Amino acid sequence: MCTELLPELITADPWGYPIVAPGQVPDDLLPLARRAVTACPTLALLLNRDE
Amino acid sequence: MSAMTVLTGLPRLIPPGGPLSLDGHAGRYGPMPERDPGGLIADVERAGLTGRGGAGFPAGRKLRSVAQAGRSGGRLGRAGGAVVVANGAESEPASAKDRMLLARSPHLVLDGIALAADAVGASRCYLALHTGRRDELSMQVGAAIAERERAGVDRVGVQIVPVPRGYVPSQETALISLLNGGAPKPAFVPPRPYQKGAHGRPTLVQNVETLAHIALIARFGADWFRELGGSAGSALITVSGAVQRPGVYEIALGMPIGELISRAGGPAEPPQAILAGGYFGGWLPYSRALGVPVSDHALRAAGAALGPGVLIVLPESACGLAETAWITDYLASQSAGQCGPCANGLPALADTLKQLAFGRPDPRGLGWAEQLTGLVAGRGACHLPDGTAALAASGLRIFADELRQHAQSGPCTRVQRRPLLPAPGHTWGQRS
Repeated sequence: MCTELLPELITADPWGYPIVAPGQVPDDLLPLARRAVTACPTLALLLNRDE
Repeated sequence: MSAMTVLTGLPRLIPPGGPLSLDGHAGRYGPMPERDPGGLIADVERAGLTGRGGAGFPAGRKLRSVAQAGRSGGRLGRAGGAVVVANGAESEPASAKDRMLLARSPHLVLDGIALAADAVGASRCYLALHTGRRDELSMQVGAAIAERERAGVDRVGVQIVPVPRGYVPSQETALISLLNGGAPKPAFVPPRPYQKGAHGRPTLVQNVETLAHIALIARFGADWFRELGGSAGSALITVSGAVQRPGVYEIALGMPIGELISRAGGPAEPPQAILAGGYFGGWLPYSRALGVPVSDHALRAAGAALGPGVLIVLPESACGLAETAWITDYLASQSAGQCGPCANGLPALADTLKQLAFGRPDPRGLGWAEQLTGLVAGRGACHLPDGTAALAASGLRIFADELRQHAQSGPCTRVQRRPLLPAPGHTWGQRS
């Protein structure tokens, strides 16, 4: 699901769990990132704010 | 310093002879020192003491973080004081140092807890111990706590917390989860324990050996601590496997592995390799291992680790591939099952290693095993997938000759022996 929402940053491992590209989420992708986190049925995604 | 005599050389932590009563403890180490919190934290920082539970995090920095979080009241921490959790659960199967320290020198650990509690402004203190085979130990430590209560030496009483058996329940955030009434399963950070932990308060989680070192630094100072081990101090190391005298040894860090093996009586049969760092550590070929200093820096440079101070000697009569598959199978069974990459990836890795060790030759097995180690690392709430991946990758490197032979001719005869490495309660293929 998240790999469809945000293919720029997320690919799937052999079991369907997200492999996330390292680094900060670009500003223009933030709304999609938030949707992907909310939509994840297994809470496998987290969005962290860098302090 | 208020101690009667300053300790010189070794041993520091383990008194010769039997366990010390409170009076005996004061006789050997001197009375509990009065230390202002800021002064003690500065001394521990200057000593450069690193955690002895396996992660090696600077102890002074951890103390300071909890103390500051407690003072600020904080957005995350509630008012009402910090919490100290002494971790004596010792879930690493080949480690015996924490229970030995608690049995022989409980008051040194309890002093460390009391000093840490004052340093961070704690109003609650816990000592985590594994249940089951620890019942005798719980009674012994309980008696030491009762002695201190009768003597009125501690501001905050220490409560023993029983921890269910398993590799993961004694992890820092798993312990906090348990204290908060939940299952002992690791949690994602942030918030980190020093910000918000047990009962929502800033929490210090520290290995019992680390706390014992703090109790000595409080008495004898940072310079005294740094006199040994090239300034890294002393550490308790559990030596096991094919040695004449397996057991716990207190050493100055930096001692060459070969010298420590000699102290343990030398190999009991022709040796092949050493597993250094416990089950999140790495393998070293025996001849190369002898000259490697027992220190985290040197062991990491050699492809292993110090971990909680564990060295296991593997004899020639064992198969390193089979033993690596066995540990991986055990660690896979220990997954808390919370994170997909771990819950799926570790059993797949274990099955692939078992195939490589015991099965018919399969040319794709090695590539898939290596791919799996890369896939699981860093993708869980705790370090179980990373540590397992590191151990597996190390085995594939160090036992490359065995891999080639197995790939050509199938399993060697050495796989027939029962696994040498300890995995409590585990049988092949068992899952959580």
